[in-house]
Amino acid sequence: MERILEVKDLHVSFHTYAGEVKAVRGVNFHVNKGEAVAIVGESGCGKSVTAQSIMKLIPTPPGQYKKGEILFNGKDIIPMSNKQMQDIRGKDMGMIFQDPMTSLNPTMTIGNQIMEGLIKHQNMAKSAAKQRAIELLEIVGIPQPDRRVNQYPHEFSGGMRQRAMIAISLACSPKLLIADEPTTALDVTIQAQILDLMKDLQKKMGTSIIMITHDLGVVAEMCERVIVMYAGKVIEQGTVDEIFYNPQHPYTKGLLHSVPRLDLNRDEPLTPIFGTPPDLLKPPAGCGFAARCDCTMKVCLEHDPELTEINASHKSACWLQHPMAKARTGS
Amino acid sequence: MQLTEKHFEPVSVDNLQAEEIKRPSLSFWQDAWRRLKKNKVAMVSLIFLVLLIIGAVALPWFSQYNYFSTDLTGKNVPPSGDHLFGTDDLGRDMFVRIWYGARISLEVGFAAAFVDLIIGVLWGGIAGYYGGKVDEVMMRIADILFAIPYLLVVILLLVVFSPGVGTIILALTITGWIGMARIVRGQMMLLKQQEFVLAAKSLGADSARIIFKHLIPNALGPIIVTLSLTVPSAIFAESFLSFLGLGVSAPVASWGTMASEGLPAMRYYPWRLIFPAVFISTTILALNLLGDGIQDAVDPRLRK
Amino acid sequence: MLRYLGKRVIFMIISLFLIVTATFFLMHSIPGGPFTSERTLPPEIEQALLEKYNLHLPLHEQYVNYLKGVVTWELGPSFTEKSSTVNDMISRGFPVSAHLGFQALLVAIFGGISLGVIAALYHNKWQDYSAMMLAVLGLSVPSFILASFYQYIFSIELGWFPIAKWDTWRHTVLPTLALSASPLAFIARLTRANMIEIMGQDYIKTAKSKGLSTPVITVKHAIRNALLPVITYLGPLTASILTGAFVVEKIFGVPGLGREFVMSIQNRDYTVIMGTTIFYAMILVVMILIVDIVYTLIDPRIKLGGSRKE
Repeated sequence: MERILEVKDLHVSFHTYAGEVKAVRGVNFHVNKGEAVAIVGESGCGKSVTAQSIMKLIPTPPGQYKKGEILFNGKDIIPMSNKQMQDIRGKDMGMIFQDPMTSLNPTMTIGNQIMEGLIKHQNMAKSAAKQRAIELLEIVGIPQPDRRVNQYPHEFSGGMRQRAMIAISLACSPKLLIADEPTTALDVTIQAQILDLMKDLQKKMGTSIIMITHDLGVVAEMCERVIVMYAGKVIEQGTVDEIFYNPQHPYTKGLLHSVPRLDLNRDEPLTPIFGTPPDLLKPPAGCGFAARCDCTMKVCLEHDPELTEINASHKSACWLQHPMAKARTGS
Repeated sequence: MQLTEKHFEPVSVDNLQAEEIKRPSLSFWQDAWRRLKKNKVAMVSLIFLVLLIIGAVALPWFSQYNYFSTDLTGKNVPPSGDHLFGTDDLGRDMFVRIWYGARISLEVGFAAAFVDLIIGVLWGGIAGYYGGKVDEVMMRIADILFAIPYLLVVILLLVVFSPGVGTIILALTITGWIGMARIVRGQMMLLKQQEFVLAAKSLGADSARIIFKHLIPNALGPIIVTLSLTVPSAIFAESFLSFLGLGVSAPVASWGTMASEGLPAMRYYPWRLIFPAVFISTTILALNLLGDGIQDAVDPRLRK
Repeated sequence: MLRYLGKRVIFMIISLFLIVTATFFLMHSIPGGPFTSERTLPPEIEQALLEKYNLHLPLHEQYVNYLKGVVTWELGPSFTEKSSTVNDMISRGFPVSAHLGFQALLVAIFGGISLGVIAALYHNKWQDYSAMMLAVLGLSVPSFILASFYQYIFSIELGWFPIAKWDTWRHTVLPTLALSASPLAFIARLTRANMIEIMGQDYIKTAKSKGLSTPVITVKHAIRNALLPVITYLGPLTASILTGAFVVEKIFGVPGLGREFVMSIQNRDYTVIMGTTIFYAMILVVMILIVDIVYTLIDPRIKLGGSRKE
């Protein structure tokens, strides 16, 4: 399968008054053409930083791309100039942000905000762009699009704004859509509508999607593969089935045990993960999860585990995968 | 890396240890003070102002001159070892007069800011906390007063009442408190809707506790910022009024009066204008820079 | 819209009425009449003067007369300049003041916005630091000091511009610069702060994710939103230019209304003080109303009635 995106050993840091925060510490993953991939993890695990890095939207300074490559269509975008990035953003990649209340310019009509990208990337005339904007609004399910196109964001409800945001990001039919928690700020009923819309559009347009979320329900609904991040690293990745039914990393297991599920024994209590993630100002030498893990071994505190293959699609970064650990536990 | 069996022995990790907070915890004000201390411009301004206050209090005592004795044989003497800042057209020592002027400027600045603070916090706090009709009436009054141009009111009052430090402070504060009241009211409106106030209410806290323990401390940032900008604007206004001849009466002189007297003589006796001008400007500058520093330190949104 | 306008006009009239009333009673509460300074006046002449100016009437009648005068725009005679009325002084001085004020307003707005935008675009670089140093200086040096130093440097030392009087374009340069310094500095700081705040907003990130270039984002998304609050400052800006003109006109000998006002204060010419105060108050109150209406029309978020959604 053809890869639209490949992230190799990405390191991103932020320089703050307290020191260097290593937000992303060596992330590897890829996205195939037409595929929907989820990046899950709790707040501060580096998933949003990873997503914004793919579009190079991290402000530098305070941010810094320390190391690694981001190959988009086979070309590394890290060394690209701002000018080169501008030709990619909006045209080949689109992004949807978490809060539709703040991600639209309050003093510009929705129509103009959709048209901007079209005029820039497809050299459309104003009238043609406006026609296209109305079509896009119709596609994302906004009633009376020819009237709505002239309205301002405050005249839209939260769900409608997110629809408009989707219309903006899909205006030039990008190859990759990055959705950074697109449903977190919405009501549950609206969430389902937005997810349906995205799934539908993905099918129609063949766009690849990276879905950043901490909601495992969204993952099951939308995605084919899952990447689990913790403390700035990928700790497990695999297909949705592999992650949901055969999780290998204790953190992934913990994550799954802390959400209620209909398909499991209903008498089983929910078990939270105790503690908090490590401070990324001084990340631990060993495994980032060791301090909260139930299976911690001596090696976990001293050495960071590598991502090891379980099968072709499933990988986990945990010392429990090591032959010697398996020998000990006899599994 | 050589791994042995030993490496794979389980160890028990205290889960609670993971809860430990690794960064030193600083209270909001410690944090703000730490940031302010790092701001060199603000610290230089602070030191300058402290020296100015000490100078204004102490220096006139140590001088062999006083601010009112005239010496008609030593008129318009240029600065020298004898008269550090020279003398004016009546032979009065400018050095002592400048430090006396500092007393007046600082007195006016701090007193006006203090009165604004008291009235503004009370007025804005009550209007904001109670809201509804009370707020409507109180803010309408403030709006109408606010529509009256500030300096015109001050000038009118000073024309009518006998000039003096007290009158100037009164005139400056008669509409000056409105800015503070608006800030405090805005903060109250914003804060009282927030969940922590609701939480306090649901735990049975009474109004007084909510106002003093929850609302005022959280509104303190904007209050202090407003306060830090009131002092220089009061000093500014005082010098402006003195320049128009509405300031304190002779023989006492504020910096504005001295600058006004020095202006016609600028070509021949420039020191008579330069010293008061430099003192007014640097004092207001230092206060503004310190105020900016405080704002940066208190308002985390602009944190670098 | 009409209801909102009506409400605003009513409040404006109440404000003005209060100003007129307060001014009148303040001026009449001064011990002694307007002629007490002319000590040598024989009693019978003083009586004649009082009668001439209707000052022998009871206070409330004088007040009603004065209110009538304000409504019909007859502000009475000047006590010190016997040949002219307050109306004459205003129609003589105001065009000059308006000319100076308008020039200063333009310099302040354009200079302030440019300085603020440059500072924000080069946030934390030397351009930012120098622009903000300049701005804080502009706020800290009172206009009368700035005016004197301009005279000293540009007229006495360098001889580039005339030291005083109001004649050719060259005469207007120094007063305009002196008058515009502090509002310019204020606008620069306001613009910069707004720009920096807006550059951190999510919708700027959205604009970036569309692939728009930095200049387009700056002009279409950032500056537009950053300038809206600057418009609300235009009311107070007018006030600061009007009052600033008092000293600037005095120092540069500009024959404007500000200088007349300062002279009337020094001469304790009460009718002139009252009349000019009321005139200034009217300009300001009307200006603030215009600014508010313009703002309502420009910012799509503001619903009629002046309340902001969200």
